Amino acid sequence: MDITIRIGGEAGQGMQFIGSALAGIFTRRGLHVFTHQDYMSRIRGGHNFYQVRFSDRPVRCSREKVDILVALDGRTIEVHRDDLDPRGIVLYDERMTRSSYPEPRFKNIPFLALTEELGLAPIMANSAAVGAILGGLGLGLDTYAPVVDELMGKKGKEVAASNLRVARAGSDHVDKMVWPGHLRCGEPGGPPLLLLNGSQAIGTGAVVSGCRFYAAYPMTPSTGIMIHIASRAKAHGIVIEQAEDEIAAINMALGASFGGVRAMTGTSGGGFALMVEGLSLAGMTEIPVVIAEVQRPGPATGLPTRTEQSDLLFVLHAGHGEFPRVLFAPGTPEQALYLTNKAFDLAEKYQIPAIIQSDQYLADAEWSYPKLDPAPLRCLDYRDRATDGDAADYQRYRFTDSGVSPLAVPGLSPRLVVVDSDEHDEEGHIIEDAETRRRMVDKRWRRKWPALRAEIAQPLLYGHDRPELLLVGYGSTYGIMHDAVDILGENRAAAMLHFSELWPFPDPALGDYLNILRQARLAICVENNATGQLARLIRGETGFEFPAFLRKYDGRPFLLEPFMDEIHGLIGKI
Amino acid sequence: MALSEKFKGQTPAWCPGCGNFAILNVLKRTFEAMHLEPHEITIVSGIGQGAKLPHYTRCNTFNGLHGRTLPVATGLTLVNPLTRIIAIAGDGDCYGEGGNHLLHTIRRNPNITLLVHNNQVYGLTKGQASPTSVPALASKIQPFGNPSEPLNPLALAIALDCGFVARGFAGAGGLPHLQKLITMALEHRGFALIDILQNCVSFNKINTFHWYKEHTYFLEEGYDPGDRQAAFARSLEWENGIPLGLFYRREKATVEDRLPRGDRESLTAPPFLSAAAVADELGRFF
Repeated sequence: MDITIRIGGEAGQGMQFIGSALAGIFTRRGLHVFTHQDYMSRIRGGHNFYQVRFSDRPVRCSREKVDILVALDGRTIEVHRDDLDPRGIVLYDERMTRSSYPEPRFKNIPFLALTEELGLAPIMANSAAVGAILGGLGLGLDTYAPVVDELMGKKGKEVAASNLRVARAGSDHVDKMVWPGHLRCGEPGGPPLLLLNGSQAIGTGAVVSGCRFYAAYPMTPSTGIMIHIASRAKAHGIVIEQAEDEIAAINMALGASFGGVRAMTGTSGGGFALMVEGLSLAGMTEIPVVIAEVQRPGPATGLPTRTEQSDLLFVLHAGHGEFPRVLFAPGTPEQALYLTNKAFDLAEKYQIPAIIQSDQYLADAEWSYPKLDPAPLRCLDYRDRATDGDAADYQRYRFTDSGVSPLAVPGLSPRLVVVDSDEHDEEGHIIEDAETRRRMVDKRWRRKWPALRAEIAQPLLYGHDRPELLLVGYGSTYGIMHDAVDILGENRAAAMLHFSELWPFPDPALGDYLNILRQARLAICVENNATGQLARLIRGETGFEFPAFLRKYDGRPFLLEPFMDEIHGLIGKI
Repeated sequence: MALSEKFKGQTPAWCPGCGNFAILNVLKRTFEAMHLEPHEITIVSGIGQGAKLPHYTRCNTFNGLHGRTLPVATGLTLVNPLTRIIAIAGDGDCYGEGGNHLLHTIRRNPNITLLVHNNQVYGLTKGQASPTSVPALASKIQPFGNPSEPLNPLALAIALDCGFVARGFAGAGGLPHLQKLITMALEHRGFALIDILQNCVSFNKINTFHWYKEHTYFLEEGYDPGDRQAAFARSLEWENGIPLGLFYRREKATVEDRLPRGDRESLTAPPFLSAAAVADELGRFF
C-alpha cells in the first residue's frame, strides 16, 4: 500500500486542516507518512496544495502521481487532473468547483450540504472531506476526535465535537458510494508514529541543546523554527525576541551568548545576507552562535514560499575575513534534530559560528518516525562558570595549544571578559602589531581546525557498498535519492552518497567515499539548484569531476516519477 | 578627588584635546562614586573614536561593530542581569549606521544607559559629515557642503517616549553636571539616552570647544522633566542656546520585566534539560 492524497484549493480554504488531520490520523494508526506543502506568497486566494503520502512502509519523498485528489475549487481539477493515477479518484463538491464531471472516477460529494444539514458553518465542510476519505479508506473515525482536538487547540471541545459530526456525515455518505478496492487500507496496525517537519526538528534540537535565547526577524520559510521554540519558551525560560532586522537579530544572539547562554538566530537567504557582518563578528570575537538558514529560491526576493538549494556556497563563504565555521545541511527532520544539537555542541566547544542549512521543502515536509532517541544528543557545557578568581588570572583570548581559550561569564566573578571586533591581544584589547596578529589568526583558525575537522562525519552511503550507479546529494534531496535507490537497487548496484555535514568538508582520507565516487560507472550529482554548487564544492575539495548532473531550479522539489525518468535517461546515455 | 588605579586601562589613542578624555574621566569618577567594581560593569561599544573607550578603563567589554551596539547590549541584558550595561556610541555609529536599532531599543526599553559621544562629525574616517553635522560643514566627500539637515536626537527620543533623555557637555564647567546625569541614568530603570556634546579638535572647525561653551546653558532650576510636551519644546532649542540637562524622564516597564530573564543561578549552572524534559520534548510529536 502506497497512497498519495493531494488536497488543493485557494489559500484560506483549509487544505492545511485536512492535510494535517489526515497525516495525524494515519500516524496514530501506525502508518508511515510523508507530507509536503506547495503554497503561494499570499494569505487568501491563489492556488495551494497539501500532499499526504502514506504507506505501511517508510516513505521519504513525494510522488507526482495522485491517487485521491481532493478539490476544494475548480482550479484544483484543472491544475492536477493530469497527475491523477489512471485508477485514482477525485473528491469534489460541485458547489465548490462550480462544475460537475460525469466520469465515474470523479466523486461528487456534497461537503457543504452535509454540513449545512447539521446546521454548522461552511468552513466545517473540510471535516466532511476528512470523514469521506477516512470512510473510503476503511480507517473509521476512531482516531479522528483526538487529532482534531489537538488541531483545534483553544477553540475548544464544542468545535471539535461539531467537526466529528460533520466527519461522520462525510463517512456515511461515502459508505453508499463505489470506492475503488485498491484504495482501501485493510486493517493497519502497529504502534503510533510521531510526525514532525524540518523546522520543528531544528527548533526541538535547539530546545534540547539548552538554547536560552532566540532572536529573529520573521522570514518565510524560516519562521517555523521560531514558532516552535516560542511554543516551548515558557516551559524552559527561553528568551524569544523579534528583532527589528536580521542585523539586530544576530547581534542580539551574540550579546546573549557573550552573556553566558546558548543563543541562536534563524532566517532565509535575504536575511542571512544582512547577518553576514555579524557572522564575521562571531568569527573574530570567538563567540559561539548557531544560525539556521532556511533557503528559498533567489536571487533577491525570488520565490518566497518555494524551495531551492542555491545558498550553499554563499553561506559557506559568507563573512569578510577568514575564520572557521561549521555548516550542516540535514536531509530529514531526524538529521535536523541531531545536527542542530551537534551545531550547538561544536559552536560552544570551538567558540565559532555553526550554521544549519535547511530549505522550504525540508522546513515544511512532515516525516513519521517510531521514536526520536535521546541517546545520541550531546549535552556538554564548555563555558567557564566559576564564581571566583582574580581579574589578573583571566585572559579571554589566552593562547592555548587547542586555540580555544576559556570563555567566562561576565559578572559572575571578578574576572573581566573583554571581546573586540578589532584584532586584539590575549586580554581582548586592540592591537595592530604584526606578531600578535599572526598568532591570533593561528589561534582562531589554524589551531582549532584539525580537531574541528575530526568532528565531522563522513557522508552517508546508503544502498550497495560498491555501487555502479551512485546518486550524490546533500540536504533535502536525501528522501528522493533514498527512495530512488530502493527502486533502482532491485536490478542494479545502486547507492546514495548523502552529505549532511558539509563544512569542515569531510576528510576523504578518513573514509572511502572518494574511491566509491571514482569507481562508480555513473555518479550523478543531484541538486535543487541551477549551477551545481555541491559538485563545485566536491570538485574543489577532492578533485572529483561528476560525469552527470540532475538539477531542478523551478522552485519545486524533486518528485519521484519524473526523478526516476531523468535517472533512466542518464543511464541510457552511457 | 584623585582617581584610583581600579579603573586604569590602556593608554588612549585619541588626539590631544579630544572631548573623549573628559567623558572617560567622568565615567571613571562615576564608577568610583557609585562604589562599582570593574566586573560589575559591562561597556558595549561600536566603532568610532569614542567606541575605544572601554579599553581605556577596566570593565567587561564588548567592542563590536559600527552601529550594532544596542542589539548586542539588548541580547546581553535579556540573559544576564549581573552587570550594569553602558552602551557607548558616536553620532555616526548610533544615529547613522545604527539608527534603526536606536528606534527599536527605545520601544523595548531595556535597562541600558546609552552615551552618545556627539561631536557632529566623523572622526575615525577623517572629517565627513555625520547625521548631526550642520549644513555648513564641508568635507572632502561633501564638496558642496553637507546636503542634509541635522538629526535632533533628543526630539526623536522624546517623540518615542524614551524614559530618560538628557544632554551633557564634555568640557570644563560641564563635567560635574555630566557625572550627575550619568549617575541618574545608571540608576534609572530602563533605557536612558545621554547625548554628550563634545569637540573634535581635528575635524570639526565649526562646533569647537569654545563654540559649545558659548552656545550651551543648563536647564533652569525647577525645570520639570515629567512634562513631555515641554521637554519636546525644549529639545527643539538650538539656534538661540542649547540646553543641557535632563529633558525628560518617565519610568515604565522594561523589556526584562516582560521576558523570562536569566538570573545568577541560571548562569552558574549548565543550561541543559533533565532527561525527563528531553524525553518530553522528543515525544511531543505523537
